[in-house]
Amino acid sequence: MPLHPKEPLLTDSTSSSLLFFALITGVFVLMGCRPEVPNSSTKMEPILIGFFGALTGNAAGLGQYTEMGATLAVEEINASGGVLGHPLELRREDNRSLAGESATIVKKLLSRDQVVAIVGDANSGRCLEAGPLCQAAGIPMISPAATLPQVTEIGDFIFRVCFTDPFQGKLMAEFARKNLSLKRIGFLVDATSPYSLGLADVFRDRFTAEGGLVIGEQRYNGGDKDFRAQLTALKADGVEAIFAPRYYHSGGLILRQARELALTFPMLGGDGWEAPELIDVGGSAADGAYFPVHFFAETPTPATRDFLDRFHRRFGKFPTGVSALAFDTLQMIGDALRRSNSIRPKSIRDELAVTRDFPGITGLITMDSHHNAQKSAVIVGVKAGSFQFVSVIEP
Amino acid sequence: MTEFLQQLLNGISLGAIYALIALGYTMVYGVLRFINFAHSDVFMIGSYVGWFALQRFQFQQPSFLGGITVLTLDMAVCALLGVLIEKLAYKPLRNRSTLTVLITAIGVSLLIQNLAQNQKFGFGPNPKAFPPLFPSKQLQFGDLTLSTNQLAVPIVTLGLLAILYWIVHCTRTGTAMRALSFNATAASLVGINNDRIISFTFALGSSLAGAGGVLYAMNYPSIDPLMGTMPGLKAFVAAVLGGIGNLPGAALGGVLIGLVETFVSGTRLSTFRDAIAFAILIAILLFRPAGLLGKLKVEKV
Amino acid sequence: MVPPKSQRLLIATLAIAALISAFSGRIDAYLLDVALGAGISIVLASSLNLINGFTGQFSLGHAGFMAVGAYASAMLTTTLAPKLMGQTELLQWVVFPLSLVAGGLLSALVGVAVGAPSLRLKGDYLAIVTLGFGEIIKVILQNLDAVGGARGLTGIHTHTSLFWVFGSAAVTVYVVWSLLNSTFGRGFVAVADDEVAAEAMGLNSTHYKITAFVVGSFFAGVAGGLYAHLKGYLNPSGFSFDKSIEIVVMVILGGMGRHSGVIVAAVLLTALTEVLRSFGNYRMIVYSVLLIILMLTRPQGLFIWPLKKRKST
Repeated sequence: MPLHPKEPLLTDSTSSSLLFFALITGVFVLMGCRPEVPNSSTKMEPILIGFFGALTGNAAGLGQYTEMGATLAVEEINASGGVLGHPLELRREDNRSLAGESATIVKKLLSRDQVVAIVGDANSGRCLEAGPLCQAAGIPMISPAATLPQVTEIGDFIFRVCFTDPFQGKLMAEFARKNLSLKRIGFLVDATSPYSLGLADVFRDRFTAEGGLVIGEQRYNGGDKDFRAQLTALKADGVEAIFAPRYYHSGGLILRQARELALTFPMLGGDGWEAPELIDVGGSAADGAYFPVHFFAETPTPATRDFLDRFHRRFGKFPTGVSALAFDTLQMIGDALRRSNSIRPKSIRDELAVTRDFPGITGLITMDSHHNAQKSAVIVGVKAGSFQFVSVIEP
Repeated sequence: MTEFLQQLLNGISLGAIYALIALGYTMVYGVLRFINFAHSDVFMIGSYVGWFALQRFQFQQPSFLGGITVLTLDMAVCALLGVLIEKLAYKPLRNRSTLTVLITAIGVSLLIQNLAQNQKFGFGPNPKAFPPLFPSKQLQFGDLTLSTNQLAVPIVTLGLLAILYWIVHCTRTGTAMRALSFNATAASLVGINNDRIISFTFALGSSLAGAGGVLYAMNYPSIDPLMGTMPGLKAFVAAVLGGIGNLPGAALGGVLIGLVETFVSGTRLSTFRDAIAFAILIAILLFRPAGLLGKLKVEKV
Repeated sequence: MVPPKSQRLLIATLAIAALISAFSGRIDAYLLDVALGAGISIVLASSLNLINGFTGQFSLGHAGFMAVGAYASAMLTTTLAPKLMGQTELLQWVVFPLSLVAGGLLSALVGVAVGAPSLRLKGDYLAIVTLGFGEIIKVILQNLDAVGGARGLTGIHTHTSLFWVFGSAAVTVYVVWSLLNSTFGRGFVAVADDEVAAEAMGLNSTHYKITAFVVGSFFAGVAGGLYAHLKGYLNPSGFSFDKSIEIVVMVILGGMGRHSGVIVAAVLLTALTEVLRSFGNYRMIVYSVLLIILMLTRPQGLFIWPLKKRKST
């Protein structure tokens, strides 16, 4: 296959290539040495808050639900006069659900937009990528829904508004062992997901400590849709229930295929299962699914009812857990700004760290010494095609 | 033993879908000698077309006739889409190097995926639940279970393979396709309208992708804009495994990949499943480069 | 063999890179990140150009080689760093470059393992095999708990500076360029133009192809090392098939087999993805439309420079 038959491959022009590249480096330096954008905060100039998430790509569903929650919070804060006399402005950046992108866009938020705080991705892996940058820059980063414990271990500028994997893994293990009296359980985990692997580890430790047995462990790769092989193997192992923590994408399909293979026992998941799509996809097969949620929409508190209505009016659909968490994240940042009476990132961080009993949509939020929110979780179950309250677990 | 038989059933129903997509790849490759990367996105569009059709008609109850109607409509829409892609993106590049066409195909694939993900122009990124297409029942053979949905896939695939085989081997158009695949210049010299044959090939291949999309969505009823990528890649592997350009080869390759994946998934090695599928492909290419059923071509000087 | 002019240029570029690097503290972090990303793209695209552009093979697994180098060099610096407590100078100027070379060597080794058996395949078949190997490497990394598995590798020191990136880019371009301009290197072109004829002339085409593969994957490994120490975090999912495609697009838009064109394309495409950020959710739509239009209108590459008359021959 001649690739470029008309022209000889080697020309003198090739030697000028090195020159080019010296030129290019020069261009970049010129671009880089531009004078910095002044960031004086005169009256009514907005306070900039960064937001990075998966707005496109394979986790875009989750990312967009998060963004909607954050957007609603900012709009409501601004409608009631903003914070410290300034409106808030959300600077959004998309990492396309890919590894390697978050570092670049967080640098952009930090150095270009000079944001005072950053709302992190709902995904733990991408928070691990961006966290060290925020820590080094001294800008607080708050993830609405990254449950991996390592995220807030990055440093004292990193926070989360949700409960952690050790908490939900432990409570699901205890729920399975005590409330459902299960003894032999099987795992179906996503080997490409830190969230799924982490929850399985915690669950295993707690469940075996309580006298249960994990007798089968099957794995799949993120994005898979066929779980029949793994479920058949678990069935042959003789498990009494399956714990399959991951998002609702795979959750609905796992439930459906399990029932098709005549597995009628309880199916347990993590907080990632919470979305109407779980029941849409799972259909009647979703009955008998149990998982923890950050807030339960059917809980009859006026505040959550009102939030659901406002969200629906704004976006034409109902929020998921991450939307509510992102809403609370922004409200908490607003609260920290008010209390610190300054836009210095350091003082915002100090105020965030001492947040106590903040009345969020997802419950009362108190930051512990590791910057994790201490919150209650609600276990819900699916019965006759709808989510039902099962129990509430305090931290 | 029960487990083995159950896995065998699982593997065949998964493999049949790979086979269906692989048929489309293999046809386009046979005629044009290039990897149509956008094929897996036509497959994705196929399942969305099915979704819209099912929403539109609002069947009270999934019926056999309704299902067939949706499937046929879907294949027609996808055939049109395939021809459109060919006319707009690939035709201007006829006689260019394979790599140019390959990159264009990647561009088309990216465009379809990103348009589909867009909330305004497309379907949005969130997965949608696919409503039941055919009335389904759970069949029970002793300890073995199988849904009629799973059973439908190999049956439809076999039927379409037979029709395809008939078109390629027993009709004038099919003879022209084969002539084109042997030697494009010679084919045009004997009066074959190459452009028309190529469009027809794309229409045929894309309608198969459409059928695959609907059947896949019926079995895995959660559809999203990126759903085509992995099955597409696997199907391509299957087409090469069977001998690219060879119709029964593609079907055989698809079923083999489905079986291997299922049996690997049921063991501790499940996370290496994708790696093992590719390793088998590499082994085949190294020891039998033309694939299982393909004929090796000797390069003429 | 190699005209001294090019050596002088290499030294000059290295000096400029060092000079700029000294002032990099004044460049804002985002621009620095983009500039470093562009430099890494130059290394990747130039090395792939040796494989795809000059020997006429088609590799779709460059991201896999990059991953090998990235993980190898990151593991080296993260395990050695605690033993060299406090000696940041030593870490930055000795251990880091050595780790880059080590990553490159391991990657080259994998390159031989992949290349040797599969190079008798041609065109699309080779493309699929390299694609398969790239995916296999990703899956292995995902299952290797020692390097963090699916959780990713955290806590990598960020040593990558303008000097190292553009220094490596200059060395890559220099090596590829002088390799091709050597007596040995003319063989690459002969193999690319007509393999059968080259074989008939007594050239061992497999030998040339493997050399291209080894050198190409070495520099892909170096680029991986630079990438690891730029991002500070590695995840196997970042080295997917998409990443390989990105590099292939740079080579093709630059004009296969052209040094300067490929360099400019690498920089432009890196800059383009950043400029397109302002399009928000429409970014990738615009990107793919541009890609299709470019392939339809300028399939030979964006930059075909007017040819100078050769002095000799």
